[in-house]
Amino acid sequence: MSKKIIATASLAGCFGCHMSILDIDERILDLVELVEFNKSPVDDIKKFTKRVDVGIIEGGCCNSENVENLKYFRENCDVLISLGECAIMGGLPALRNGIPIKECLEEAYCDGPTVGLNTEKIIPNDPELPMILDKVYPCHEVVKVDYYLPGCPPRADLIWDALVALLTGSEMDLPYEVIKFD
Amino acid sequence: MKEKILEIISNYNKDKTRLMDILHDIQSVAGYVDDESIELLHQELGISTSQVREVISFYHFYSNEPLGKVNIYLNDSVTAEMHGREAILETFEKECNVKEGSVSEDGEFGLFHTSCIGMNDQEPAAIINGKMFTRLTPYRVKEIVKDLKGGKDIKELIYEGDGGGRNALPEIHSMVCNNIRRRGALLTHDYTPFEVTKTVLSNTSPDEIIDVVETSNIRGRGGAGFPTGMKWKFGRKAKGDHHVIICNADEGEPGTFKDRVILTEFPELVFEGMVIGAYAVGADIGLLYLRYEYKYLLNYLNKVLDDMRSNNLLGKNINGIDGFNFDIRIQLGAGAYICGEESALIESLEGKRGEPRDKPPFPVEKGYLNYPTVVNNVETLALIPKILTKGSDWFLSLGNKASSGTKILSISGDCNYPGIYEVEWGTSIKDILDMCGALDVQAIQVAGPSGALIGEKDFGRTISYTDLPTGGSMIVFGKERNILTDVVMNFINFFIEESCGSCSTCRNMTTVLKERFTKILDGKGVPSDIDDLLNWSELLKVSRCGLGQTAANPITSSITNFRHLYENLLQKNVEFDTGFDLEESVKASCAAVGRQPILHNM
Repeated sequence: MSKKIIATASLAGCFGCHMSILDIDERILDLVELVEFNKSPVDDIKKFTKRVDVGIIEGGCCNSENVENLKYFRENCDVLISLGECAIMGGLPALRNGIPIKECLEEAYCDGPTVGLNTEKIIPNDPELPMILDKVYPCHEVVKVDYYLPGCPPRADLIWDALVALLTGSEMDLPYEVIKFD
Repeated sequence: MKEKILEIISNYNKDKTRLMDILHDIQSVAGYVDDESIELLHQELGISTSQVREVISFYHFYSNEPLGKVNIYLNDSVTAEMHGREAILETFEKECNVKEGSVSEDGEFGLFHTSCIGMNDQEPAAIINGKMFTRLTPYRVKEIVKDLKGGKDIKELIYEGDGGGRNALPEIHSMVCNNIRRRGALLTHDYTPFEVTKTVLSNTSPDEIIDVVETSNIRGRGGAGFPTGMKWKFGRKAKGDHHVIICNADEGEPGTFKDRVILTEFPELVFEGMVIGAYAVGADIGLLYLRYEYKYLLNYLNKVLDDMRSNNLLGKNINGIDGFNFDIRIQLGAGAYICGEESALIESLEGKRGEPRDKPPFPVEKGYLNYPTVVNNVETLALIPKILTKGSDWFLSLGNKASSGTKILSISGDCNYPGIYEVEWGTSIKDILDMCGALDVQAIQVAGPSGALIGEKDFGRTISYTDLPTGGSMIVFGKERNILTDVVMNFINFFIEESCGSCSTCRNMTTVLKERFTKILDGKGVPSDIDDLLNWSELLKVSRCGLGQTAANPITSSITNFRHLYENLLQKNVEFDTGFDLEESVKASCAAVGRQPILHNM
């Protein structure tokens, strides 16, 4: 069996989900037997070099670059997984969703207690910078997402089980405790 | 002002369960309930300020902020919109120099929207300083505002004359019309009020009364259709220091206005129904919960009660029956659809937010102040005296097997003769449409937004508990109406507005559904969106009360019966589209920082 190809990305996330991927510990050696990594922060491949079987997305979309990246993944991956709270629900970054973006930017760059050096009260506006979205969007509100792995971060075992199930085509065991947290 | 507020509170013996009345009274002397009053309520009633605030914020007609000297509540029912609400709103905004949802700068006018006020057969209608104004036109609005500015009293402004029937009585003096178009068992004047109380009760046992009611097979007329006899039996059996009979006159289902007409023309029947119910159940406390929108009937109804008291039809040893003590108090609501749900209504009667209770226990076991409580609809109670005079066989001879008797329908919308029609259960939709002069009908909403939207193929169906159950609301939509934008959207907004917010399903899912529905209307829909709407609607069924459980009905029912309207709006040959619009979503931030959006390659 040829190796399946995996790609990962962290959008508006904290890389905690990627840490959790690495938390599968020595099983990563088994994983390497099963898969080959393409575009991912893990191997620092910047552009897709071939068609990918499974794309794993951490984080939601808070700016235009996230959107671009997510769409790039969707175009190049057969299966796309939203990994973790931020990708699925927007997570912590989405706490700003109730506040108009103008107020958020003014608080961050002009009015907040730690912006003393910005005496001219400039909100960064270089055309090189990604454009901020009006709110943080979960991935499935931007592109089609095939699977969701919940958690903050999802436990390494869950990621492992999901990947194994997906790559071997077997059924995934999802006991109640795994999908219902209290 | 402080003395006045304290006086009001002591008028109600510092009873926190009377918070609704206290807030009404404070608002009528002070214009609104300010922070100082809230503090006083906290001190005097022994409840926290947040408990007072949560009640004020829950009800539409209480305010913690100053209102205008004149307050206009323009209702946004679907029929109001169909009959030109927009032009009325614009005229009010222009003439009063105020935006909807606010008070004018000079503090003269407050202009607010409100949910259906029970005037669907005479829209557009508004409540102005407690007075009902119906069939408004831009001309009439200009006239009203001019007169108000000229210092005329609100009572002097009714040039239309009274609405006929008892609306002409000085206690009511309202331009509201009854529009009774068809009379049946209930609406016919063939019964002398209080005959049963005077002649039957003294020689009939409570069990015998319940027996007749049970045999008549009468079911609750509010919509749920619970057998009344069974409810009374449960109420009688339940143990408690007191028993309570409540008449639910919080008629809030958009499109329903039959209780308004029954209370105007036949209040004696309703109250007598309560007295008989009290005798049967063994109740000593009677409450009629009147929706705030019908406040113009309050003085009149209280006068009827006073007359009953002076004739020993209420009070101690009623009509000489030893130990039969019962009296009725009218509780005014404050604007909340959910209070039509019986346990929410009871919460409201206890001076709290109208949030439905968990069931069981049901109100017949633990209701008002935890006493066994029977809650009946206005129409149900009004039928009781007639059933007892004419017998259960007479009642069973009307209607059909599953649904005995008659049903009073409130018909409005695109028909020539909107109004009140009393028909037997089992009447077909087609016959009803013919009766009310509805031509070129595209759809009819049976039983209000929480009911079903049906099209021509179902016009042969009948109103019946086994076919199309209804609390009485029927709204007709003509061929020229846009069902999705004019009708379904109005109902979706209604449920969002009226959700009490207690269950997360009803609080959130209604908005989530609206977003997906809007996506389809915006031309961004794909086939899976229709499936999503249907699947997500299922989630609402876990809500605690009927409002939440039926809040998706406008969507599911219109998809079931008018699926082509949705499909016509879907994108052609597009299987998937989230509807995400990058250009739109970066607009605000680019404007905030002063840069041009760059959208190439995306």
